[in-house]
Amino acid sequence: MAVRPIGGEIELTVPAAGSRRGSVGSTLWRFIRKKPLGAAGGVLIAVMVLTAVFAEVLATHDPIATDAAHTLEAPSAEHWLGSDHLGRDIYSRIVHGARVSLIVGLASTLLGSVLGGIIGLLSGYIGGKTDLVAQRVLDILQGLPLLVLALVMSASLGPSIQNVVIAISIPIIPRAARVIRSSVLTIREMQYIEAAGAVGVSHLRIAFRHILPNTMGPFIVLCTAQLGSAILVEATLSFLGLGVPEPYPSWGRMLSVSAAEYAQKAPHLVLFPGIAISLAVFGSNLLGDALRDTLDPRLRGSS
Amino acid sequence: MKTYIAQRLAIAVLTLFGMSVVIFVLLRLAPGDIVDILFASAGYVNAAEKQAILKDLGMDRPYWAQYIDWITQILTGDMGKSYRYDLPAWQIIKPLVPVTVELALLSIVFAVVLGVPTGVISAVRQDTTLDYVLRVVSLSGLSMPSFWLAMVIILGCVTWFGWIPPLTYVSPFENFKLHVVQFVLPALAVGYRSSALIMRITRSSLLEVMREDYIRTAWAKGQNGRVVIWRHALKNAILPVVTVIGIEFAFLIGGLVVTETVFNLPGVARFLVQAILWRDYPVVQNLVMFIAIIVILSNLIVDMLYGVLDPRVRYGS
Repeated sequence: MAVRPIGGEIELTVPAAGSRRGSVGSTLWRFIRKKPLGAAGGVLIAVMVLTAVFAEVLATHDPIATDAAHTLEAPSAEHWLGSDHLGRDIYSRIVHGARVSLIVGLASTLLGSVLGGIIGLLSGYIGGKTDLVAQRVLDILQGLPLLVLALVMSASLGPSIQNVVIAISIPIIPRAARVIRSSVLTIREMQYIEAAGAVGVSHLRIAFRHILPNTMGPFIVLCTAQLGSAILVEATLSFLGLGVPEPYPSWGRMLSVSAAEYAQKAPHLVLFPGIAISLAVFGSNLLGDALRDTLDPRLRGSS
Repeated sequence: MKTYIAQRLAIAVLTLFGMSVVIFVLLRLAPGDIVDILFASAGYVNAAEKQAILKDLGMDRPYWAQYIDWITQILTGDMGKSYRYDLPAWQIIKPLVPVTVELALLSIVFAVVLGVPTGVISAVRQDTTLDYVLRVVSLSGLSMPSFWLAMVIILGCVTWFGWIPPLTYVSPFENFKLHVVQFVLPALAVGYRSSALIMRITRSSLLEVMREDYIRTAWAKGQNGRVVIWRHALKNAILPVVTVIGIEFAFLIGGLVVTETVFNLPGVARFLVQAILWRDYPVVQNLVMFIAIIVILSNLIVDMLYGVLDPRVRYGS
């Protein structure tokens, strides 16, 4: 798996005599050496995932427990990152917020990318009029600013985690479809596809068994990059009060109007959740860039 | 060139038509209708009143008739009526437009002024420390939520300069200096993000062009380095940059939505958020359509510019 040439990479590695695990390790090591920034991004994402998984262990307080006696406290031994206007512990809220951000980010990225990927695969493989119509419809979806579309959708659907996921995933569909379609167009012309057709393999099987696996490189790159923007959109929606509803702690909502009100008295209310968002998105962007350079040289340079 | 323009125009009109359908459907996805939501926020339901509002909004008619009503309304340039203010929407939106346009223009100017030169420097000094620093700085721009950046800027101003941003909009005729300060900060917050995209595109596109033969020829004949990069290479590398600027101009609206809210600037984008929060759906529907038109227009302008800048586009099919 690790040594399969993907996306036109010419480098061919002879599988080492060692175990399968060893070759994964060496690939990883080469990636770290060649792309230190990408590896740093990977570490940031790994930290976020671990934080999300072990939120209960890492948190020092109940993230939704209020404490009227200790509101707007500066960072201290008791409250590592201070407390908010209701006396809730900011550190614990950020730790639990990682879970919400990651779940919403991953779910909407996957939903949007898979739906978009299937549309891209079919429209690229079938071609002709189907492709033309699909492209125009995608143009329409892509024509609206991502945030405006997500805003209208989440307002229309009502506040819940599921609806936020749907609202964020819809704008991802056209982007995913474009990427997968363009790589399908190249793969479709290859000889082994022609051979499969000649042997009598059905169209559906060709599309899903023979073409789809070869679009995995661009697909992974796409998902990594979209994860960052999904987290960003979730934060923005929650900031505007249209995202993840109470009582789930969300980074975006921690920054919303009530935090702005107390910003002067307690700047940590504004600083820490924003740093958490920025680091998560930064990590996903760094990793996405490095993966793009490694897995898919054709995409290099496009934003 | 004429068929090219005609083709683009036809596609633009078709896309706009499609967008109007999407927007119309999106706003009717809501469980229950708009009037229910209006009443839910009011806290009581009056059956007779509900019927009156439904009739007033034209919502007792079938969907297709509502859609045709809406399209006719748009085509005649009518922005509809705001439910919350009980006023024609255009009357409320009109004074907000200059604020948003000024902010958007200023942001795009910042984005280009910051993005293009850093992209060029980064490409010329590829893989040096300077390149790495510039790339990390630009990637940070893409990673920070612009509303957070805006909040941090305000916080910094308050803490270090003791300067508190004016709570209300200051017109340029009233106090020009304050007006400029009021706009420069949010424009920086929004422009930084767009500049990051422009920087990345400039860098990669310039790197590609610099590998071409005619650039090597220019170097070989001893042409001054600065002339080669800024005159010969950038000229061809600028095309994708123009596209990004065009796309960014439309997508700036997304950044403005939150920045106008944080900086308390009475612009169209802030009004859109308020209209969404108040469930003033007739206004939301028209404003989103308005945004769609701006997006399509800026895409169209970019396409035209492409034809002017690149002869290959003009003659190709």
